[in-house]
Amino acid sequence: MRVPLSWLTDFAPFGGDPVDLASTLDDLGLVVEEMLHVGEGLGDVVLARVLEIGAIAGADRIRRVVVEAGGGPVEVVCGAWNFHEGDIIAFAPVGSVLPGGFEISRRKMKGVVSNGMLCSGRELGLSEDHEGILIVHDADSSGVGDSEVPPAMAPGTRLVDALGIGPDTVFDIAVEANRPDAWCVAGIARDLAAALHLPFTLPAPPRPASDPGAPVATLTTVEVVDEDLCPRFTARVLLDVVVGPSPEWIARRLALAGMRPINNVVDASNYVMLDLGQPTHPYDLDLVAGRGLRVRAARPGEIVTTLDGVERRMGERSVGMGDDRRDCLICDAEDAPIGIGGIMGGATSEISSSTSRVLLEAAYFTPMAIARSSKRLSLRSEASARFERGCDPEGIDRAATRLCELLGATAGERYRNAEGVLDVRGLVPDPARVTVRTARVNAVLGSELDDEQVVGYLEPIGFTCTSQSAGVVDVTVPTFRPDTEREIDVIEEVARHHGYANLPRRRPFTPQVGGLTPYQRDRRMARQVMAGLGAHEAWTASLLGPDQQARVGIDGGVRVTNPLTPDESVLRQSLLPGMLGALAFNADRRQGEVRLFEVGHVFPPPEPDRVARALARSGSTVIAEREVLGLALAGLGDDARNAAAAWQVLVDAFGIIDVELVAPGAGRADEPASVPAGLHPTRWARLVVSGREGGPGHVLGVVGEVDPTVLTEFGLDAEHRRVGWLEVDLEALLDDAPRRSVLVTPVSRFPSSDIDLAFVVDESVPAASVEKTLRQEGGELLESLALFDVYRGPGAPEGTRSLAYRLRLCAPDRTLTDQEVAEVRARCIAAVEQAHGARLRG
Amino acid sequence: MTPSPAGDDGSESPGVDPEGLVASAVDRLAMITTLTALDELQTDLLGKRSALARAHQGLVALDPGERPEAGRRLNEARRQIESHLAVARRALELDERSTRLEADRLDLTELIGPALRGRLHVVQRTRDELEDVFVGMGFRVAEGPEAETDWYNFEALNMPPAHPARGMWDTLYLEVGEPETVMLRTHTSPVQVRLMESQGPPIYAVMPGKCYRRDTPDARHIPTFHQIEGLVVDRGISFADLAGTIETFTTAYFGADIHSRLRPSYFPFTEPSAEYEITCTICKGSGCRTCSQTGWIELGGCGMVDPAVFAAVGLDAEEWTGFAFGFGIDRCAQMRHEIPDMRVFFDNDVRVLRQI
Repeated sequence: MRVPLSWLTDFAPFGGDPVDLASTLDDLGLVVEEMLHVGEGLGDVVLARVLEIGAIAGADRIRRVVVEAGGGPVEVVCGAWNFHEGDIIAFAPVGSVLPGGFEISRRKMKGVVSNGMLCSGRELGLSEDHEGILIVHDADSSGVGDSEVPPAMAPGTRLVDALGIGPDTVFDIAVEANRPDAWCVAGIARDLAAALHLPFTLPAPPRPASDPGAPVATLTTVEVVDEDLCPRFTARVLLDVVVGPSPEWIARRLALAGMRPINNVVDASNYVMLDLGQPTHPYDLDLVAGRGLRVRAARPGEIVTTLDGVERRMGERSVGMGDDRRDCLICDAEDAPIGIGGIMGGATSEISSSTSRVLLEAAYFTPMAIARSSKRLSLRSEASARFERGCDPEGIDRAATRLCELLGATAGERYRNAEGVLDVRGLVPDPARVTVRTARVNAVLGSELDDEQVVGYLEPIGFTCTSQSAGVVDVTVPTFRPDTEREIDVIEEVARHHGYANLPRRRPFTPQVGGLTPYQRDRRMARQVMAGLGAHEAWTASLLGPDQQARVGIDGGVRVTNPLTPDESVLRQSLLPGMLGALAFNADRRQGEVRLFEVGHVFPPPEPDRVARALARSGSTVIAEREVLGLALAGLGDDARNAAAAWQVLVDAFGIIDVELVAPGAGRADEPASVPAGLHPTRWARLVVSGREGGPGHVLGVVGEVDPTVLTEFGLDAEHRRVGWLEVDLEALLDDAPRRSVLVTPVSRFPSSDIDLAFVVDESVPAASVEKTLRQEGGELLESLALFDVYRGPGAPEGTRSLAYRLRLCAPDRTLTDQEVAEVRARCIAAVEQAHGARLRG
Repeated sequence: MTPSPAGDDGSESPGVDPEGLVASAVDRLAMITTLTALDELQTDLLGKRSALARAHQGLVALDPGERPEAGRRLNEARRQIESHLAVARRALELDERSTRLEADRLDLTELIGPALRGRLHVVQRTRDELEDVFVGMGFRVAEGPEAETDWYNFEALNMPPAHPARGMWDTLYLEVGEPETVMLRTHTSPVQVRLMESQGPPIYAVMPGKCYRRDTPDARHIPTFHQIEGLVVDRGISFADLAGTIETFTTAYFGADIHSRLRPSYFPFTEPSAEYEITCTICKGSGCRTCSQTGWIELGGCGMVDPAVFAAVGLDAEEWTGFAFGFGIDRCAQMRHEIPDMRVFFDNDVRVLRQI
């Protein structure tokens, strides 16, 4: 919210350096995001009337404009389109210097000489508006014809004189969602005055002159059908209103606050909103059918055309704000919608130059209802922003009276109010009463305040305090502070006004030893192991497009209801698509030889039972999401082998035992039936933790090579590159897989004997199966076993290969005899030949 | 073969000249260039059939009075020859070694495709570093799921259905269960609730993790991002503990010249709430473009756990008090490494990954 310092001083005698004021505002939680110094260096800018607007041949973005600035017609070129002939605008003639030192010179554009510049609010440092030029007086909406420009706005008048501009500071303040009271100048002034110990006065506007001959009830009607949406609705009727421009000081303040002056009625409404925080809405009474208002919930599908000319469908379902579908409508007496309550009015009953009788709405709408409607309709306005946070239901009369007072200056001599007010009042929130214990204040804040200090912080911001007993204060919270309902809310107010910086600091003593869980420690090590293998850690998207999944042969999964783009509409079930995307991104940048890894969550499709349990607050997760490790190897070598080797390194790093690579063809009960998604059909294996007592093992992941067709789909060059892939459920691996004992077994003092055995084995038999047989037969004497050569060629018939193993045998208590070694050798040969149809290679 | 000196051959003369033998040995040694030749020469000079050996055998034929002197001279000659041989052997051994090693020369800068260690992702590494600071302060690290229910993400955090504060987070809902009941967590705060529900106080924990919002990415915001959240719940915990913890962390992580300050703010799940700012790490507080001349940059939010949150998890807010704080890990990484645009974090461009 933009707040001029000069406006703040309406309420309290603020002085001193604006920088210090900004700092105090910051400390109150009213964060000043920007400070603008305005009204300086504008002495050269004058008012000008637009006489003529014409096209320039060959230019469709700029136009030729003739203005009168007191010294005869002047031709300029202008790129703004927001003004019309007859408007009074801000004009910087040739030779003038704008704020920031920008000097205006004569320029020629598309053959037209521009003798000056029409200025926007931002160029003048008066507002943020850069959309169009600053219109000081709008010929159309003010209802005044171009011959009737008020003398103060005569062309040639200095802008600073016309608008009464003196140097001023505008604070742009970020108001938090819980501070509706601070969404107006008065509210900010109240907080600031309290902090600076200055007296704060809220002016009481005089009751407007009213016409006893015209009771309001004879002129209009109000019916509130749905009081839950609108607990208080007041209507006043303003008679014989002359619609015209606002006084300069109002126009200027509005402009400084970032609003464009329109006409005296609309301006007064906007002014009061900025001043006191209460939005109001003026209708042209004679344009409201039946001259009465009905406030009711919209029917689903009902259409309202709002002031901005957009047709809006009411009562729609929407995501994110609950689904009550109850939008509050303001209808005319014939029940036709003429506006969305608390959010935006309609065009049909807008104030215009011909308006004479104004129906003034000042109401209190239920904050939640406004919040929901605003979100549902994607429609926010200055009014809705205030109503959804909670306006003061008891501030309505002051605001309406103030509006009438402001209008008194410009609405003509005959202007008066109809007698009385229509006030439909339902269940309006009462002021909250809170018991505050000083001991509790100190316990929460770590402070040492006494009762008097607590009360001293609360009373200046409008809280009424009564001492109940020593250390206990009864606090009545004003209705403009709907955020404050509980003791803790009051404690926050005490803290704010005491100053967070003045509270002590202390480090708590933790009664525990800090540390990571074993899983967290191991996960860090797993990442270091991957880095040690030359892989960089990647971070790929958790949200994918369905086509990205489909490319690796995965479908289904958890879908996002409201994705921002279709490419982010489903949760990944594997890290593979994201990693292939990352490889492709790098390959496109000539970084083809890359190793990447990632640790992240994957999300299997929802299971109805699990979802139901989670929604019943069982504490379980709603999706069986798992943390997995993915490693992609895109080197020049045979990276499928390297991926399997990486798995061995990983397993070895943690001393994990009883895990196996189960390749297709192992002839096992738990043999995988299908090729894992995205992998090369003949180059893969599953990672399995051996089952207990011969039962089926638990699959932890896959290793292998990415299917070349899949690589092509991701834009990778499958002709010249293989991509090795490892993906493992890290939680299952680190938490559940059995590990070697940490106890150290003494090594044998006796010499060991080696046996080298080479078998010719059918290609369909996995080496792991042969190895398993050898381990079984080697039994306790087998100290180590290593595959040291794989050979294909003469001596190994087509469809077979030779696998050469070295077995090292050793006994803990003796030197093995030749006979013992020979026995093991014979057993191993027989077992491998029998189990795998292999043949010992001579 | 080194030829034997002809004059000595076959001579039985006891009048052999030992000094002459030494001189002749020295001459012959000078011509030796290999260890093999040296071995042969050694046999020739000192072996059983050498002139020296024969001279020794000839000593018995001498007059007993001359024998001691002749023997001494012969022994002296043997000692000298042995010494000359040893010197020559040592020199030849050194020569051979240097020839062998020269042939073995390797240029260690001839590295083809050097195998390099991979890098940890800068965001993950930042997370590790942040965790370590808090672990050092006695905290534990807790984690939770990324897909959450409305209860954990909003309701238990004092945001009942349709609470306007929910609008502070643009939520990505999942097509799971009834509409709007399951979502990608918008912050790590659900882990607070899970922790309080599952273990109860005292709690001293930080909760890092990935969060999601329905946002268009720009240089300083990304729709998937990482937060770290802290939660302390114990008896007698006050705002002073919060401010002290924040300050301890700030100086420990960012450096002794970086401090913290708290300013009033609003979050539905804390009260009083604060915005957490640190000394600008670029200008160290003197004012620069990064901090808009204020000397401070905003890092995150914090506050005392709202009694409504305690009520949601069944804790007595009169007995237990606590504080929570949270900030962006990605933001910390961006600040520390002066990365202009956060979007590089998930490009996974190895030219960037390799740098940090």
